[in-house]
Amino acid sequence: MPTRNPADMLQIAGIEMVSWRRIWLVAGLVIAIALPFLFEGFTVFQLTRALIYAIAILGLNLLTGFNGQFSLGHSAFFAIGAYTTAIMMDRWEVAYYWTILPAAAVCFVAGFLFGLPALRLEGLYLALATFALATATPQILKYEPVAKFTGGVQGLDVFPDDSPVSFLSNDQWWYYFTLVVALIAFLVAWNLVRGRTGRAMIAIRDNPIASKTMGINTALYKSLTFGVSAAFTGVAGALEAIVIQFVAPDSFTFLLAVSFLVGLVVGGIGSIPGAIFGGLFILLIPNWADQISQGLSWAIYGLFLIGAVYVMPAGAAGLVRLVTMRLAKKPSG
Amino acid sequence: MSGSLAERSEPDPRTASGPLLDVSGIKLSFGGIKALDDVSFTVDSGQIVGLIGPNGAGKTTMFNCLSRVYVPNEGQIRFKGQPILKEPTHRIADIGIGRTFQNLALFKTMTVLQNVMVGGHCTTASGFIGNALRLPSVRREEDELVGRAWSLISYLGLESVAHARVSDLPFGTQKRVEIGRALASKPTLLLMDEPAGGLNHEEIGGLGDLIRQIRDERDITVLIVEHHMSLVMAISDKVVALDFGRKLAEGTPAEVQKDPEVIRAYLGTND
Repeated sequence: MPTRNPADMLQIAGIEMVSWRRIWLVAGLVIAIALPFLFEGFTVFQLTRALIYAIAILGLNLLTGFNGQFSLGHSAFFAIGAYTTAIMMDRWEVAYYWTILPAAAVCFVAGFLFGLPALRLEGLYLALATFALATATPQILKYEPVAKFTGGVQGLDVFPDDSPVSFLSNDQWWYYFTLVVALIAFLVAWNLVRGRTGRAMIAIRDNPIASKTMGINTALYKSLTFGVSAAFTGVAGALEAIVIQFVAPDSFTFLLAVSFLVGLVVGGIGSIPGAIFGGLFILLIPNWADQISQGLSWAIYGLFLIGAVYVMPAGAAGLVRLVTMRLAKKPSG
Repeated sequence: MSGSLAERSEPDPRTASGPLLDVSGIKLSFGGIKALDDVSFTVDSGQIVGLIGPNGAGKTTMFNCLSRVYVPNEGQIRFKGQPILKEPTHRIADIGIGRTFQNLALFKTMTVLQNVMVGGHCTTASGFIGNALRLPSVRREEDELVGRAWSLISYLGLESVAHARVSDLPFGTQKRVEIGRALASKPTLLLMDEPAGGLNHEEIGGLGDLIRQIRDERDITVLIVEHHMSLVMAISDKVVALDFGRKLAEGTPAEVQKDPEVIRAYLGTND
C-alpha cells in the first residue's frame, strides 16, 4: 500500500508539513473572517474586490497554469458574468444571489464554444485569438442591437438588497458573501486539480501526444477546461457587478485581461492559493502607485511588477515553497 | 542465452485462433519519402515480437501508426479482429494497446505516482462534475487507482522515488516509469519503443527479465522495437526486420539472423 509522501513528513520546529498546512489554512480563515472588523469601510470594499479578482485569476490559472492554454481574453468572460447578473437583476428583478450560478453557466457555455476553435491554435496564436476577444467585448456591449439589454455606453445600475444582518454594514456583508463564494470556488478548483480531471489537464500541458496515447480525449478536455475556466472568471464578474452596483462596457477592457495575467504570474502559475496573492497584487499595487505619484502611477506599478517578478520568479507561491524547503528538516530520531 | 533461443523457436502453445494484431499492407509517405512501403506482419497473443531494422527503417513510424499518432495512406491494422484505424487516438489505450516512447514522453512536472495514475486514465471514468464535488464514487475510484498504481510502482521497484518529480530522476528510472504508466492502462498489447536505449549493460539484463515477466505474469503480448540485438534475439518469439520502410524478413530469431537480406542491411554491401 502507498507510503506517505516524504515531503509531507519533513518538519519545521518539530511540526510536520501536513500539520503546518492545516495550521495555515485555519489561520488564514480566521484572518479572513476577522478582517472586516479590523479595517474601515473602504478597505473592506477593496479587500472584497481583491477576493473577486482572486476568483477570476483562479479561473485563468486552471486554463493557463494547469492546462497550458494562453488567454489574453478573460476580461470578456468577466464581462459576460457581470452582464448576466446585471441583466437578470435589471430586467427580471432576480435576487443577486440567484444570479451567480446562471452567470457561471452562461460563461461555461461561452468558454466551451470559444475553446472549440481554440483547439486549432497553440501558444502565441491562441494568445492573439483571445486578445481579439478582449478587444471586441467592450464594443459589442455598446453595439446598437444589444444595447437595449446592456444599456449601451451608459451601462446598467444594479440595486442589490441591503445587508440582511443588522450588525453588519453593507461593505462587511458583501465581503462575507464574496468570501463564501470564493471559498466554494477554491474548494472546487482544488478538487478538480487533485483528481482525475486535474491530472489529465496537467498531462495535456506537459505532453499532448503522450496524453492522447494514455487515453485522454485532449480535445474534449481542453474545451471543457476553457469552459470551466470561463465559468470561474464569470462568477467573479457577477460578484463585481453586485459589489460595484454598476456595469459599463469600458470596465472590461484588454487592460483587465492583462491584469489577470499579471495576477496569475505574480501569484504563482499552477498554484491555487497563489491566486489570492495575485488578486491582492492587482488591486492594491495600482492604488499604492497612485498614492505615491498620480502622474507616474503606471511607472511605479511597473517598478513594483519588475521587483515582484525579480524577487519571486516562481510567484508568491514559489517563494513560500522555497522558504519552507529551506526551513524544513527531516524528522529527527 | 543460446538455450532460450532454441526454446523460443518453437511455436507458442498459447497461439490460438487468429492473430492478436494483424498489420497488412501499410503504406505511409512523408512528402516524397516512403516511410513505410507495404508492410505486413502479425503478432499472436502471448508472443514477444521484436521489430528490428537500421536507423530510419520505419520502426517508430510503424509504432506511431499502431497507436494512431499517424494515419497510414494505405493498409489496414486489425486488433482482436477489429479494424482500429478509424478509431480516434485517445481510444487506442481503451481498446487495449499501451505504449512507451523512444525519447521519453513522461509528464515531466508530475511525480512518478501521478504519471502512473495518468496511465490508468482509460480505466477510470469520473468527470468534471464528479471531481469538482469530490463525490464518494470519485474518492473510491481514486483510492482504487492509487492502490493499483502503487502495486505497479512496487512491481517495478520504484517505491523510493514514487513521490519524486520524474524530471529529477535518472534516465533509466524514467524508462521504468514509462513502462509503469503503460501497464496502468491494463493493456493486452504493449508496444515498447527502444526500452534498452540509454541503459547500461546490467540494466539491459534486468529489462529482458522484466519484459518476459510482463508477458508471463500479466498475460500481456509485447511488440518491441529495439536496436540491442542480443536482447531482441534472446526474448523474442518472432522477429520482423524492416529496412527503408519495407519488410525484409519475418520469422524466429534464428531464421531472421540467417536471412541474407537482413545481414546485408545491417552490414552493408560493396556491390
